[in-house]
Amino acid sequence: MKLLELSNINQYYGGSHILRDVSISAELGAVTVLLGRNGVGKTTLLKSLMGLIPIRSGTISFNGLPIQNLPCDQRARAGIGFVPQGRDIFNRLTVEENLRMGLASKPASSDIPAELFELFPVLKQMLHRKGGDLSGGQQQQLAIARALASGPKLLVLDEPTEGIQPSIIKEIGRVIKMLAARADMGILLCEQYYDFAEELADYYVVMDRGEVISQGPGAEMVQRGVRQLVAI
Amino acid sequence: MSTLVQSEEPSPQVLNNPLHYSSTSHLSSLGRPSDVNLAHGRILYLEDVSVSFDGFKAINNLSLDISPGELRCIIGPNGAGKTTMMDIITGKTRPDKGQVYFGSNINLLEYNEPEIAQLGIGRKFQKPTVFEQLSVFENLELALKMDKRVKASVFFKLSSTQKSRLIEVLETIQLQDSLNAQAGNLSHGQKQWLEIGMLLMQEPKLLLLDEPVAGMTDQETHRTAELFLTLKGKHSLIVVEHDMSFIKTISEKVTVLSEGSVLAEGTFDQVQANEEVIEVYLGR
Repeated sequence: MKLLELSNINQYYGGSHILRDVSISAELGAVTVLLGRNGVGKTTLLKSLMGLIPIRSGTISFNGLPIQNLPCDQRARAGIGFVPQGRDIFNRLTVEENLRMGLASKPASSDIPAELFELFPVLKQMLHRKGGDLSGGQQQQLAIARALASGPKLLVLDEPTEGIQPSIIKEIGRVIKMLAARADMGILLCEQYYDFAEELADYYVVMDRGEVISQGPGAEMVQRGVRQLVAI
Repeated sequence: MSTLVQSEEPSPQVLNNPLHYSSTSHLSSLGRPSDVNLAHGRILYLEDVSVSFDGFKAINNLSLDISPGELRCIIGPNGAGKTTMMDIITGKTRPDKGQVYFGSNINLLEYNEPEIAQLGIGRKFQKPTVFEQLSVFENLELALKMDKRVKASVFFKLSSTQKSRLIEVLETIQLQDSLNAQAGNLSHGQKQWLEIGMLLMQEPKLLLLDEPVAGMTDQETHRTAELFLTLKGKHSLIVVEHDMSFIKTISEKVTVLSEGSVLAEGTFDQVQANEEVIEVYLGR
């Protein structure tokens, strides 16, 4: 059984057909990368998965359960952690408070897992700083840690490298690899930074004009010419 | 009217102020669209334009020129400045520096948004914005270039020239069979064509189109390509699109924007082969 399976998703903004029969899946212990130029529907697909926008038709199965009719918060509770594009850190809350927001689906007495500070040591030093005072790279790490706080089974990341300095991109890549290797979590990574995605991919999916135009094992990305599909 | 059609969110001030149109009527003394001077072979000219938002340079020394009758495609990754560029041309955003000329004689920085629309620069936003409760015919009629003040509108009667203009536009956008259809019942693609038709009713010299084929079916996309090829020559068009096969079909010259300035310019094949363009699309 696949951890996540989206089947024949159709999504419209008004009469505008954005996602056309999109089917993708993700497995435990693997990184699935979602590639495509800007404007092809990647973020719309992730928002549809999270329940942030409604879909017209199709099914979403997570852990064997249909979740396409659940509201957003219950999808998070079911075990999907989302790192949105642009991070959406709460600027006026401290790092600690931001991390606590990630625990919203847990009992009030829950503690922030100590493991998060091993993954991102910088967050421990910054614990009482305001989120808005962090650098872009630190905010991105905070957003990933916040999504991990509730112990999700699936981590969904929307362009975590966008506008981030190279050293932190490397750091984020290392964490994603490590999380996948633990084999208790699946990772769905949407990226426009091709080399970063290729290095991490166990599976890849390429979208164009709202459709999946190619998918397969990450190891075959070079021979299948995925790079050319993403460039213009 | 032009303001209503073209602004995504018309400001209440513009909508509620009946004197609004008289405030722009001085345009007639300053030069109507027919007065745009094209002697230098340019309908639009941007030089060294920059604008920053909170320290972020959205447009950075951008220079661009468009010839009369040209169909120019603009592409670029996220945050390249495509929308900001159109905001500057239409007067929605003021640049920090640089020059923006319509023809060789009209300094667009001296005009506000509705005035620029009246000068003959039409803009189509991504989402279709037609009057859904009105018929196709009525939508086009509303968009006619005319005196829109209360008295003139109340006593308005369609002249035979206006009628033939309307029919000509209907045929251009291929909606002649849906003349009496309610706009709200049209397909997504038909709504987009109707809105383009509404812009055409205002006889624009320059049309800016933001992702016109997004969400269209393949057949609609194909027909839109045909439409643009018929408009080219009669109007100048700037088309921002993400659909590369569409661009390949319609384009003669493609401009690639990146980080607020022009990264490359040339035929589709030329920019496609350009190493720097490939790099920005691969996110490096």
